[in-house]
Amino acid sequence: MRIAARCALLALVAACAAEPQRDRLVIGATTTIEDSGLLERLLSAYDSLPDAPRVRAVTGGTGEVLELARRGDLDLALTHDPAAESLFVAQGHAASNRPLMRSDFLIAGPAADPAAVAGTDDAVAALAAVAEARAAWVTRGDESGTHRREMALWRDVARSGTARARAAADSVLAGTPPTWYVTAGLGMADALRFASEREAYILSESATFATLQPRPGLAALVRGGPRLANPYAVTVVAGSSREDAAARLADWLVSDSGRSRIAGFGDGRLFRAPDRAAAPAGAAAPSRAAD
Amino acid sequence: MALTAAVAARAASGADRESAIVEGDGLRRTIGGRTVVDVDRLDVQPGEVVALLGPNGAGKSTLLRMLMLLERSDAGRVRVFGRAARVGDREARARFAAMLQQPRLFTGTVRGNVQYGLRARRVEREEARRRCDAVLEELGLGGLRDADVRTLSGGEAQRVALARALVLEPALLALDEPTAGLDVLVRNSFREALERAVRGHASACLLVTHDPAEAFLLADRIHVMESGRVVQSGSADALVAEPATPFVATFTGAELLLDGLVESLDEATVTVRLEDGMRLIAARGASVQAGSRVHVAYRPEDVVLAVPPLAGATSARNRLQLRVASLTPAGGSVRVRLDGAAQLVALVTRDAVGALGLEPGSETVALIKATALRTFAAGSWRRER
Amino acid sequence: MDLLVDALSQAGRLLAAFDAYVLDVIRLSVRVSGAAVLIGVLIGVPTGVALALARFPGRRLAIALLHTGFALPPVVVGLFVYMTLSRSGPLGALELLFTPTAMVLAQAILATPYVAGITLAAVQAVPPTVGMEARALGASRARALWTHVREARLGILAAIVAGFGAVISEVGAVMLVGGNVLGETRVLTTAIVLETRRGEFGTALAFGLVLLGLAFAVNLALTRVQQGRAIAGGGAAWR
Repeated sequence: MRIAARCALLALVAACAAEPQRDRLVIGATTTIEDSGLLERLLSAYDSLPDAPRVRAVTGGTGEVLELARRGDLDLALTHDPAAESLFVAQGHAASNRPLMRSDFLIAGPAADPAAVAGTDDAVAALAAVAEARAAWVTRGDESGTHRREMALWRDVARSGTARARAAADSVLAGTPPTWYVTAGLGMADALRFASEREAYILSESATFATLQPRPGLAALVRGGPRLANPYAVTVVAGSSREDAAARLADWLVSDSGRSRIAGFGDGRLFRAPDRAAAPAGAAAPSRAAD
Repeated sequence: MALTAAVAARAASGADRESAIVEGDGLRRTIGGRTVVDVDRLDVQPGEVVALLGPNGAGKSTLLRMLMLLERSDAGRVRVFGRAARVGDREARARFAAMLQQPRLFTGTVRGNVQYGLRARRVEREEARRRCDAVLEELGLGGLRDADVRTLSGGEAQRVALARALVLEPALLALDEPTAGLDVLVRNSFREALERAVRGHASACLLVTHDPAEAFLLADRIHVMESGRVVQSGSADALVAEPATPFVATFTGAELLLDGLVESLDEATVTVRLEDGMRLIAARGASVQAGSRVHVAYRPEDVVLAVPPLAGATSARNRLQLRVASLTPAGGSVRVRLDGAAQLVALVTRDAVGALGLEPGSETVALIKATALRTFAAGSWRRER
Repeated sequence: MDLLVDALSQAGRLLAAFDAYVLDVIRLSVRVSGAAVLIGVLIGVPTGVALALARFPGRRLAIALLHTGFALPPVVVGLFVYMTLSRSGPLGALELLFTPTAMVLAQAILATPYVAGITLAAVQAVPPTVGMEARALGASRARALWTHVREARLGILAAIVAGFGAVISEVGAVMLVGGNVLGETRVLTTAIVLETRRGEFGTALAFGLVLLGLAFAVNLALTRVQQGRAIAGGGAAWR
């Protein structure tokens, strides 16, 4: 009886070990893609295709995702930080990098809107107004795509705007922000809830904002405008043993089939096709300037 | 009897003479239908050592705890120095101290344990320390004052438990199986320590034990208990001479009983005719009458063996020619089972076995003095073999 | 391997520089978890003692519930506290959400079952005769009870150690109710999550090492007290 048990145990171990690794892709996606629910939608759609390999998705900030890709722990990355992506490509880690979709950032805030920013599409001016009013502001502070965009906006504020706004922007960028500026190290969805509780302004990714449950007590006050565009890209990591399978997934994502799923997500306005001006990049990606 | 004298001496010097230190009336306890304690009356007078003697499960410990106000009884009442008292009455218990069965020393040092009761009574620190050190010294534990209790041997731990109680100078010291679990040598030295220490510290003692030898040695009055009831009370001599029941007789060490009929008697002796025809001259017990049935009890130690032919006179009135049936070593002695005209058991030394040439089948003569044979009237109860 | 080496040197640098950020995070971790364990002790030890010694209807049920508390997922506790303290929740008016107080509350809920449960076991393990022995020497009921509980003190100390271990390393509850706010509610565990998300694995591991070092230091101190008592007064071992 004991011999039978031992054999069973060995077989089990062998089965686990012998599980074909080749057919399982590991992809990384930023938290905004997951928090909005799009990731799950895409993966289940892909999974229903014949011969589709199994896909495991991990999520994190853009910084984390790219770091994992750098270490070879990911086969494919979905991120929304052009600057970081360029660096990644320049370092030779990418087999391909192609624009995937666009969404927007928006500035959400309390309905009372103490900084009076509602209605404008000028993100930089809105931020300056918040600084001027010393209204409560929440940042994620986690090197995510959203956070980096926010820092880019603050850099713009530091160059223009009122004296007070410029001083505030400088202090934020220097890492010694004023007291009305709160750093909550949370993911997008959690940060939105936080801002809702605190009745503060926050830069948010639009799809996450739209799909957040329970509905936050915040209103989308500033949207549109070039500075709030949020381009996502899909990067196939070079040198992975599953590079082919990753490339196939990437192809599907940018194909009409994938694009239609993306476009049809939610109320259809959350994620859009990428900017036509941006051309798909090969192994030698053209430099993509920070937006 | 040194213990008794010690206790009496102390009692005499004290003022506890008016009434019994503790009295129990009608104490009863049943658990799940089983009678654990059922005792009509029991008391402890100043100056005396009272023992509760009986086998395990006889209810002795429970009775002790009831008298010490540590456990409730279902019925009855306990009086302390004449005043009724209930469990939890600290004032009543203030003059008591107990060393319970298999005492658990509290974690910590020896000194901490011995001082426990004193601290509980709010004795001032310096005085507590002084008294504690004195008692430890008396019991030969002086060097272990600061020892952690886990490093103590069994005998030392037992002494510490005793010290813990003695240091309180109780009017009544209760000891529950104080030598249980100790080996023989340690047991003896413990009893010596007990006697010495009690001399200075307690006015009376209530002792619980399952060892008749211990009870005989230490106590004045012994209550033999069985199944929760006191079956006989008296001094050691009384119990041995006049056991009220077969249980008491065998429990107190009279090994074997023979049945017979009284053929004739005079003032001091009776002639008993045993069932198998043998005649024995025995000491006359109380309420033994001519023609009545009697039990004859003797102790194997009192049977003297000699090799025939026997020359000269001895004072033994009974001389029986018997054959050795078997020999069983028992410690340093040998139990010799004898067969023939009567069935007896004798206890002899190993040397004697060699000197007398005793072996199964050999002939020998058993000599028993009349005074070594105790008779008591057989009642209507059945004898238990 | 290089990751580990990187992390070790990072940790060394962070601490050697007495980086204010790092020190703040450590201080807050100790304060929050320390306060939580303290509450756990104040509530848990008497509860454990009471459950061990008292007899009342429903006792078995209470003990079973207590043991279930060992398995409370921190995230669930965090969620519960979050919903209670949120502005849309019953205690929202207290404005405690995203404050260290909320974190202490959540961690206290996590620590208390541990402290109570292990205290219960420790007190039960004390031989029941101890109380009677004490009373036989003249102790009052209260003192006898205290003596009984005191016999369990090593076990109770273990309960505290367990409670601390349970909360110092949890992240789900403090993240939810604290918000990981820089300078206000960021503790070691949530800082690790953030650094990981930023891709700063070396720093994250460094914080991890600091966390382990802190837990080790506290446990070492508590254990020394525990074992120290155990051999105190162990003099005359010669026979």
